[in-house]
This record gives sequence, C-alpha cells and structure tokens, in this order.
Amino acid sequence: MMSLRTDEHEKHTFNVDKVRKDFPIFKECMNGQPLVFLDTAASAQKPNQVIDSIRDIYQTEYANVHRGLYKISEALTAKYEGVREIISDYINTEHTTEIVFTRNATESINLVARSFGTAFLKENDEIILSELEHHANIVPWQMLRDEIGVIIKVAPINDEGEIIMYEFEKLLCNRTKLVAISHMSNVLGSILPVKEITRLSQAVGAKVLIDGCQAITHLPVDVQEIGCDFYVFSGHKLYGPSGVGVLYAREELLEIMPPFMGGGDMISSVTFEESTWAKIPHKFEAGTPAIVQVIGLGVAIEYLKSLGLEDIRKYEKTILDYATQKLLDIEGLRLIGTAEDKASVLSFTLDFAHAHDIATIIDSSGVAVRAGHHCAQPLMNRMNVAATVRASLGLYNTEEDIDRLVSSLHNVNEIFN
Amino acid sequence: MDSLRELYQEVILDHGKNPRNFNTPDDPTNKALGNNPLCGDQLTVYLKVNSGVVEDVAFIGRGCAISIASASMMTEFIKGKSEDEIKQIFNKFHEMCTEDASDKSTIEELEKLQVLSGVREFPTRVKCATLPWHTLLAALAGEKEVTTE
Repeated sequence: MMSLRTDEHEKHTFNVDKVRKDFPIFKECMNGQPLVFLDTAASAQKPNQVIDSIRDIYQTEYANVHRGLYKISEALTAKYEGVREIISDYINTEHTTEIVFTRNATESINLVARSFGTAFLKENDEIILSELEHHANIVPWQMLRDEIGVIIKVAPINDEGEIIMYEFEKLLCNRTKLVAISHMSNVLGSILPVKEITRLSQAVGAKVLIDGCQAITHLPVDVQEIGCDFYVFSGHKLYGPSGVGVLYAREELLEIMPPFMGGGDMISSVTFEESTWAKIPHKFEAGTPAIVQVIGLGVAIEYLKSLGLEDIRKYEKTILDYATQKLLDIEGLRLIGTAEDKASVLSFTLDFAHAHDIATIIDSSGVAVRAGHHCAQPLMNRMNVAATVRASLGLYNTEEDIDRLVSSLHNVNEIFN
Repeated sequence: MDSLRELYQEVILDHGKNPRNFNTPDDPTNKALGNNPLCGDQLTVYLKVNSGVVEDVAFIGRGCAISIASASMMTEFIKGKSEDEIKQIFNKFHEMCTEDASDKSTIEELEKLQVLSGVREFPTRVKCATLPWHTLLAALAGEKEVTTE
C-alpha cells in the first residue's frame, strides 16, 4: 500500500451517481423507502473498497502483526504500518512516527489527558475549552481536574456559533497550559480558526489539542500548517471502519509522554523488576491493535484521494448551500449554526414540533437524521435549545436527498398543524 | 404512516400543545426532577400528598409531544388516587408501552391513557411516554431526581 500524494493538477470529475454505486447501503430501504442518510456526522457509510478490503484480509491475508516470523504476518504488518504513512501524508505530519492508533477520537483525547495531563499539568494550571465542544472534549478534562486540580475555562461563542476571538484571547495567560478545541462543530458545522487559536495559545506557552472528528471528513487538514501539538480524529467518520481512531502528536511530546496503557507490543523488554518501553508510536499501542480496521481506514483515505479531495469539498459545498436555502424556505424553521465559515452540518428546530417527534416522523419516510443534544449539552444551553434535528452531509448526498428531507418535514407540518 | 397516525393521535397532539396542570404550585409536599439523558428532556412533577392520597399534581418541563402529552394526561388521571393505586397504574402503563401482548382488560383500566399505546411500535420513544411516570414515582418515594437509564 503506497502512500501517494494527490496531484493537485490531476483532473477529477466528481460524479455523485457513480460514487453512490460504491456504497452498497444505498441499495437498501428504510421503512419501505429508499434510504436518505443524513447522519454522516455521527458515522459515515462505507464504500465497497473498504468493505472488500476487510473481507479480503480475513479471507486470505490475516495474521497478527509485529511478531509473526512468517510471510503473511510480515506482509500484513507492512500493510498495517503503511497506513501510518497514508495518514501522515493525509494530514501532513513531519514524521510517520507521530501517528498513534487508538480505538476512536475519544480514546485519543483520554490518552492525552491521562498521559500528558497527569505527567505535565499540575494544580491550578488552566485548560481552555470552547462552548461548542463535544462531551468527549469536556469530560476527560473534568476527570483530570478532579484528579489533579487543574482549572477549566470556557471560551464563549456568539449566536451564529462562531468562537469570539477577543473573549478567547482574554482567557489566555501564563497559567494556560492546554487549549483543547474543535476544528469543526459537530452540531453547528462552524469551522474554527484553529491556526490563529494555536498561534495565540502557543505564544503564552500552552499546548494545543484539536478535535478534528468532523473536520477530517470535510476539510483539508495540515497539522504542520496549523502548528498544533495534538490532533485527534476517528476512522469511522472518514468512511473507514469503526474501532480505529488516530492521535497525532508532535514527536518531541510523544517521546516524553508516559505510556497510556501497559501490555504487549508497547514494551522493549520486561522483567518482573521493571519494563522498558518500545519506541514511539508503539509505546502507546498496547496489545493487538485493530489491525483490519486500521488497514480499512487506509483504504478509505486512498478512496477519497482517488475521487479528488478538492472536488469532494466543492461538491459538498453545493449540497450544503442547496440544503440551507431549501430549509430556510420552510416556515417556522430555525437554523441553529449560521457561522460564515461552516461545512456539511445543518441543525435546526421547527417551532411547531420537538426534534424527537420530527425524527420519528421523517424516519417513516426513510430519512435518517439525528435528534437530541448531539453530545454537546453545554452548547445546547448556550444556543437556548433543548434539542435540535441535525441533518449532516457526506460525499454521497444529493439534491434529491435534500428534497426528500424537505418533503418529509412537510409531513411533520401536516401532523402537527 | 398508519403507525405514525396511531402515535400522534389528536388527543396526544392536543395535550402536547396545551398541557393540563402545567404550572409550579406554591406548596408541594413532594417534587422530583426527571431526566432523559438520551435527548436532554427534563420535567419536574409536583405533588400535594395528604394521608397517602395525591390531592393535587402539576408539572413543568420541556420535551417532545409524547412526553408532554403523557405527563399532562398522567396529572389528570392520578389526581385523587392513593399511592398504592398509582403504583398499580404505573405497572399497567409500563406494560402497555413495552409489551406487545399486554392484556386487553389490563389496558382498559387505563382508560384515556390507552391512546399512548402507539409508542410500542417505536421502541426509541417508549421512554418519552414513561419519563413522567418514573418522575412521579420518584416524587412519591421522596427522591429528588430520576434518570431514565
């Protein structure tokens, strides 16, 4: 599995009908209707390329990695380690060893909190989060606070769902040791100015962790350009399998951070008196990893690159604009999240029906959306809503999907009015 | 669409839009907060209990049509009933919402509450209907807060 940099001059023509044929789920019906899948922000559907690669490995190539002194183990180890190169290339890390495989982004954040947090933060050090964080980027820091007494500060957002930069800057001081912030909101779609946030934070000596769960699917991510210290995301939102997440951390940090979990594969040598750790990144990967899922994630990234990343983004933007316009035409609909810079997520409420009633009713028309607080209760409180409906887009969504969403929302109107 | 119509009957929509006993009484003897962590819905049930009988009941909160309607209809149904009666009604109501083959005669005792039986077809919505009842039981038991698991 070679890692190939996408040739920017290579011509791609994004053909959504062709792309949809790669996703077998779209042959399926839900409640007797062709599936309209608008929940990619929760988890993306998988193309045949990924599904086939998983099946093929189990059928013809499978063995454990890193220890087999035989051909198929060596071959699969090379494939597994090759994915580090693919990801390193995809997010432009300086070194391949800066990519750590985890179970998901949540585990990546917990790894940083447990390892970096307990080793290098101390009582009264300050951590800055933002109001729009997912619970996964709140709770691990609260657990750390309860254990070692760090102080959590929260940067506010405005009514549109954009971080208020001058308020953020006011929170920065020489006690700020970590800023943990989303690249893109899972509820509002807002894209945060992470490069500027990183620059300002590092200027006061803080480290910066970026939760890239949503951004990785919709935006170009260049960790060196952003300059962040940590960047985390999950594979399953990037059209890859569930069960694999990624932690990027700068090499010098990984070198000094203590291991997160102990076990096989993360050691150099073990005696009953003491053990020594493997080199990075393996120091952080105890036990048999999610071998096949990792390889599946590599296949997913290669698939996206073959479609043309820039073309995918341009196409997704046209669908977002179309959907925004169509939804705003609906009387009583309030769009939650109107940031100038946003991508692929449409959260809304209807003034005549609760989000859960809406989701139930449109489900019967074959439309899959998310309804509720989207694991971001503090953000819901900030936006003064109990729950929203969230329609989130993937590269396979079409204008027709949006039309089906809109017509199913008219059913809600029929029932409630 | 049929099971949807069954779920969103007129009487449910009416109670959802215009909930009865939707207020904060001055002198409740018991009150409890109910949370559904899955959706963030919350409601508070207030009771005035005298010698084991619920003399008055009210609620406030935010939630979907099903949970608000269920709470509203519950307050109308239990007023004047004893704690023991309410516990029996709760069991029957719960059975109606969750069990396919619940006994017809059992359901009949629930009278108007039967309109909520449509939630059976929507497993993700059962807790919307039962949250007010769990909150009621918590209030009767003197607990301050309850969370649907």
